[in-house]
Amino acid sequence: MKKIECLAMILAGGQGSRLGCLTKKIAKPAVPFGGKYRIIDFPLSNCANSGIETVGVLTQYRPLELHTYLGTGETWNLDRKNGGMFILPPYAREKGADWYKGTADAIYQNINFVENYDPEYVLILSGDHIYTMDYSWMLEEHKMNKADATIGVIRVPQKEASRFGIMTTDERGKILAFDEKPKQPKSDLASMGIYIFNWKLLKHYLEEDSIDSSSSHDFGKNIIPKMLDNKVRLYSYSFDGYWKDVGTIESLWEANMDLLKDTPSFDLGSAWRVYSATPSLPPHFIGPHAKIKNSLISSGAVIEGTVENSVIFSGVKVGANSKIINSVIMPFSRIAENVLIDKAIIAQNCEIMTNSKIMSNDGSVIVIAENEIITPINNGKKQVG
Amino acid sequence: MNRVIGLINLEEDRQLIKEITTDRPIATVPFAGRYRLIDFILSNMVNSGIINVGILLPQKFGSVLDHIRSGKDWDLARRHEGLFYLPPVCAKNDSASCELSTFYKNIDFMKKSTQDYVLLSGGHTVFNMNFNNALRFHQNTNSDITIIYHKATHESSAPCTVLQCKENGLITDIANHSASYNDANISMGIYLMSRKTFIDIVEYAYERGGCDFLLDGIMRLHNKYNVYGYNYSGYVSTINSIHDYYKTNMDLLNPQIWQELFMDNSLIYTRTKNDIPAQYKSKAKVQNSLIANGCIIEGTVSNSILFRDVKIAKGAEIKNSIIMQGCTINEDALVENVICDKSVTISPQKWLKGAINYPFIVEKNTVI
Repeated sequence: MKKIECLAMILAGGQGSRLGCLTKKIAKPAVPFGGKYRIIDFPLSNCANSGIETVGVLTQYRPLELHTYLGTGETWNLDRKNGGMFILPPYAREKGADWYKGTADAIYQNINFVENYDPEYVLILSGDHIYTMDYSWMLEEHKMNKADATIGVIRVPQKEASRFGIMTTDERGKILAFDEKPKQPKSDLASMGIYIFNWKLLKHYLEEDSIDSSSSHDFGKNIIPKMLDNKVRLYSYSFDGYWKDVGTIESLWEANMDLLKDTPSFDLGSAWRVYSATPSLPPHFIGPHAKIKNSLISSGAVIEGTVENSVIFSGVKVGANSKIINSVIMPFSRIAENVLIDKAIIAQNCEIMTNSKIMSNDGSVIVIAENEIITPINNGKKQVG
Repeated sequence: MNRVIGLINLEEDRQLIKEITTDRPIATVPFAGRYRLIDFILSNMVNSGIINVGILLPQKFGSVLDHIRSGKDWDLARRHEGLFYLPPVCAKNDSASCELSTFYKNIDFMKKSTQDYVLLSGGHTVFNMNFNNALRFHQNTNSDITIIYHKATHESSAPCTVLQCKENGLITDIANHSASYNDANISMGIYLMSRKTFIDIVEYAYERGGCDFLLDGIMRLHNKYNVYGYNYSGYVSTINSIHDYYKTNMDLLNPQIWQELFMDNSLIYTRTKNDIPAQYKSKAKVQNSLIANGCIIEGTVSNSILFRDVKIAKGAEIKNSIIMQGCTINEDALVENVICDKSVTISPQKWLKGAINYPFIVEKNTVI
């Protein structure tokens, strides 16, 4: 195998239980986003665009749809003769099989795969963040700092800081302290879940961690604190673009809304290309009485009603006199006539019958699980999320 | 259908639609917001189970190669069989290439093929058809050549090929370049025959100075062969003129036709690009239109077709128009009854208007 400089590993095995019924049947990275994408498109496109062409995708929870979507990696130009994209699910050995017990354990169990390519550096990514980022700049900085590990960080509002891993750094970016989800955050620098490690060092820590029975085998909880204790050269790399953790219903909805407006907070059009599998569908059809504003609409959709501040995926039908506001309608859901949907996420292949009303009383986001059929009678009962 | 080889002939009479075919054959004229006309026949062949397709290239074949490439988007990039290009072979004293000469010079490809039948078609008809029933008809009637036709729904002066059929489908007369009348049997230019018959016709006709497969082949040999007509009853539109092109695009604003062509039967495949969903801004007003991905709409659009990556600025108004890929319509411009070819820019406050049934055509890359 040809030696490569940097190899990426994407952690895509999590259940994403905070996404409720959206991840009942599919893994979180496979959740649709932004009218035609899935969450995993973002890290994969970033890798392809950053020149990182050997990528392992670690899968575990409900992998069927995710594996089908990933295919050979062709969508992201990652079907390569040398390297490319590899799907890495847990596997059985002579002595039996193990699930991935944590983020660090997932990498540990695939040491063989990484060693094949003998990389200098390993880039660890999560499969649940929406952002576009050139990892090659981060790698440059890592090399310039002669760091052993570099963590991507972003400034977050102080009141949200307790949701993240929070870093304290000196003026040159060297990390002095790291607190995973602190009650009293000491700074507003949050870990983005993006790590670059010198592979030899990481391998050593992974092997040590694997025999530590008290460890929960997690990068944020175990590996990073241990490295800090041992005075390893840990640096932060600060990123000031758009970045969003879409681990919750609320944040997934917000990230979709961030794509709208006249000048969106996250402009998919101005960023570099985010690749995704494009279905063979015709341009969408806007009916003679339709009204559309501040929205994203994808191919194959038929809109006869009103759509405002919403994201409409491929093949969605919106019937006459129906009104979709502040909502996300995922592929091939059919919305009949005279329906009102406000602040909701409707998953794939749902059928919303005539005269239904889907809106919450308390301003929270309503979620309808995939393949549901909603009639005007069961409106109130289908609130999940 | 894997016993059938598909042949798509892109050598066509381009006189009738020359404004948008200066650099490309009709088959690669952009259509319906994201397609090229050739996508229909190519997808129909693939959806019918044909896995061996030869494309007879015309002189200006750059756009064909650019669009189809390896054939991967149609599942035709295969280890065996798949997509083949038959390039025009120009001998020194040949003044112009023609379809029979290209077929004749590439006849080895046909002789080596293992399929029993040949389905020969042009590349500029809009329809969504499965050819399996036509093949069954061909076999049951024991015909030598089956021509697929449709019934004309309106009178038209645009020349077409009209067939006279008996009740059992046997064709008694073929009139080329005829005006059509209501209920006439209009040939769709699709011929089904055995591979041997195809080779025989090509060799016979070319060696006698022939040029056109229909005129010099089938029509001259009509007495020698049993020629049958197979009636296809779905939506069909063959693009022979700017008027056809404009009207067929506008037909897609009829939801039934849009549905039949793209959604009900098999899918129509095309080269996939990577555009973001269409963005509608706060002042957007869009009605009765087809909008492709990648568009950014801030103005008003009605009864129109917007291809990929079209930008409509604030205050701009588009009516009854076809705006191809990559066009920019700036602030307060008005565009009515217009066909804009690719990458046209209309400056702010410019007014551009064609007549209702005679659209104004703006050539590729023009800045107005």
